[in-house]
Amino acid sequence: MKKENFIWNAVKAGLLGGAITIFICLVGMTEIFSKRDVVEKVITLGQFVLLATMVASGLIAARRTSSLFGEVRPVRTLTAGLVAGLVTGLVLALFVYIGYSINLRAVFLNASTPLYNVLTFGKGQSYIWPLPVIGALGGLLGASFLLIPDVYRRPLTGGLIVTFFLALFSGLFRVVMINQKGGVENAAKYLFGQTGLTVEGTLIFFFAVVIIAFFWNFRGKEVQQRISRLPKRGQLSLRVLGLLLILYLAIGLPQVSGPFIAQVIVTVALFILMGLGLNITLGFAGLLDLGFVAFYAIGAYTVGLLTSYGPFGLQHVSFWVAVPIAVLVAMLSGAVLGLPVLGVRGDYLAIATLGFGEIVRLLAGSDFLAKYFGGPQGIIGIQKPCLGTLEAFVRVDVPRACNGIELGTAKDIYYIAVLSALLLAFVAWRLRESRLGRAWMAIREDEDVAEALGINLIQTKLLAYMLGAAFAGLGGAIFATLIGSIFATSMQLLVSINVVALIVVGGMGSIPGVIVGAIALIGMPELLREVSEFRFLFYGAALIIMMLARPEGLWPSQAAKRELHHADAENVTAEHMI
Amino acid sequence: MASILTAKKVTKRFGGLVAVNSVDFAIPEKSIVSIIGPNGAGKTTFFNCITGFGKPDEGEILFEGTPIQRLRPDQITRLGISRTYQNIRLFADMTALENILVGEHAFLHSSWISSVLGLPGVIKEEKMALAEAQRLLNFVGLRGQGDMLARNLPYGAQRRLEIARALATKPKLLLLDEPSAGMNPRESEDLTSFIRRLRDELGITILLIEHHMRVVMGISEFVTVLDYGEKIAEGTPAQIQSNPRVIEAYLGRGAATEGMATAHERFSDKKNTQQGLG
Repeated sequence: MKKENFIWNAVKAGLLGGAITIFICLVGMTEIFSKRDVVEKVITLGQFVLLATMVASGLIAARRTSSLFGEVRPVRTLTAGLVAGLVTGLVLALFVYIGYSINLRAVFLNASTPLYNVLTFGKGQSYIWPLPVIGALGGLLGASFLLIPDVYRRPLTGGLIVTFFLALFSGLFRVVMINQKGGVENAAKYLFGQTGLTVEGTLIFFFAVVIIAFFWNFRGKEVQQRISRLPKRGQLSLRVLGLLLILYLAIGLPQVSGPFIAQVIVTVALFILMGLGLNITLGFAGLLDLGFVAFYAIGAYTVGLLTSYGPFGLQHVSFWVAVPIAVLVAMLSGAVLGLPVLGVRGDYLAIATLGFGEIVRLLAGSDFLAKYFGGPQGIIGIQKPCLGTLEAFVRVDVPRACNGIELGTAKDIYYIAVLSALLLAFVAWRLRESRLGRAWMAIREDEDVAEALGINLIQTKLLAYMLGAAFAGLGGAIFATLIGSIFATSMQLLVSINVVALIVVGGMGSIPGVIVGAIALIGMPELLREVSEFRFLFYGAALIIMMLARPEGLWPSQAAKRELHHADAENVTAEHMI
Repeated sequence: MASILTAKKVTKRFGGLVAVNSVDFAIPEKSIVSIIGPNGAGKTTFFNCITGFGKPDEGEILFEGTPIQRLRPDQITRLGISRTYQNIRLFADMTALENILVGEHAFLHSSWISSVLGLPGVIKEEKMALAEAQRLLNFVGLRGQGDMLARNLPYGAQRRLEIARALATKPKLLLLDEPSAGMNPRESEDLTSFIRRLRDELGITILLIEHHMRVVMGISEFVTVLDYGEKIAEGTPAQIQSNPRVIEAYLGRGAATEGMATAHERFSDKKNTQQGLG
């Protein structure tokens, strides 16, 4: 009876895996990913994704089997994995077979010959038998992964993940390293190929990570203990050393990375600014704002109108004068948004703020106000920042000359953006630790009780909106200078949603979480051009997986950790009491 | 004796329901006063009127001579009225100390700018606030549990922490909404002496809503009885115990002929079993 059960379970896992592989094929991922390699001449990204699905279905089947029997039984576990992988492969093979006999293109645009060529390794219809075989082997691999003792499994997992990420970004590493002089260039060519890792590179990276992780397994605890045993001053200097290292890397990075990566990092930094801002309203005070892009837009337009040498420029002041004004204007608009929605709570607040964001975008882009904001043409000719004095404004369409260093390129703006992000992270941290931060936390937890403890809700909530808006305003101001022009169309609702998502993924209320979230949700898709077409598919999947597996976020704040794991804590206290 | 709080003809309606009906009420300074009444008699609604949670539809409430019925809850708290809740409403995911620190909010003055800059005044103020929170924690007998999350504290400690948080607002009048709910006789005895200490040591006037008759009769100097939103009796515990209208309100007309003492016993027994089930 049980034996039947576990085989049937494995078949189910296999069918699920098969469905996923077909989905991946039909949305066009396989085809596009096949242009990229994970390991040059060995496996493409497209093949890798399918293989990973087969391995995963084997792993899932194996795990279910061992939980079915209450213990790990090697033979049955392996059988389950084999069956699951085989079924996955068979389903995929069946799909290819059907695809060759019936034309599916009428419905599924991507079910085309190139796709089948990828799946049959370019050898045509009769060559579908390798799929089930590969599936079975993959499933077996997944299942055997479960049988390896923990000591070896962790380093292996780490090695696989790190190598995979290196492979994904190999093009970037190659460019960065080739920009260097000396032997680095040759090392880059040895390790990183044009489209993925070289075979040698793969092996070197994989084994290096595995060996390091393996030793960390044994020695890691010891090292950690030794660090915690250090006197306070020693620990502090260690931390300062770490910070200095990060700072050094941050300063040096754009020098070696070239303009493209600098621009990506600026984008990430801008989203960090917005994230830190929304983290105040949403993370600290618990006020969900879905129209956050409005403040970004207001910051950008203020700088645009104040500094532009184009037709809509008002004052032609310098960047350094315009930015504080932009921040102030954003702050005031935060109050303007905050006042009417003071009494609105929860879901209703989200909808109300959503409206605000749309109003600002539509007004900025409308013909009605085109006289002032340029309408659909936007504002062009935004003056670049200048370290030194600016010469007088001559006439429209001629930028003011800079007597000194003009900070015009993405590389230069990079420093402004990163410095601002660091500064605001510090401000956010200080705010959270302050009396105001406690009041926000209290409002988030229970608004009525907070008010009954003498907290002025109007003032405290307005401050949350205003300070959050100020952060976003600074982000918008820098964005306007970076691009040199602004259009209402770049102030989409999607930006607001991105900011909310990066906070949730990073960890609500956590300052490092904002940074991690921005890198994961904004930086990675920017860098992975192949993925960008499926950006929102990954986005959605990542959000769902995050909410299921790690609802507190990648780098949670202390409070969130407590909140979501209090059940465990209660169990512990209960056990203590017994 | 001067009264610290005076309510004149306070009425509160919810749609057609008159929850509090033209209640006159006064609390003498530095006294312990209880409001009792069957479930749904309007006791908590009356509390809410005092603390600004629900503005009374008619009537006037004077606190130390100042009308407060139009003020916001935080303004009323700043004047010196603080409260606890029937179902404990701590900030569950903040530590015990943080809970008390929030209570001190109104008496700290550092602006957000000076906090960001980390001015010496702010640091000094924060230090003092923390010391005060620690002192209050010790006062309610939770020494050494400041870093515990409020939600992980045992029930009795949560009640005490809620009182400590209310004390942090430096109240002159403290409103306790069923502080002994869910406590065993031993615990409610401790609570009784604790409430007395609040009054004797800190000089705080106490207004209680309470169901445990032993607690009410043991501690109160005056008792007010509400029924269907109306005040039906008022006086010392002894007067209330022999008041036939009160007995009737609690146990129905037939019981009025029985002695109040047995009636109370029965009433509190019933209460206990209810809580036991809950």
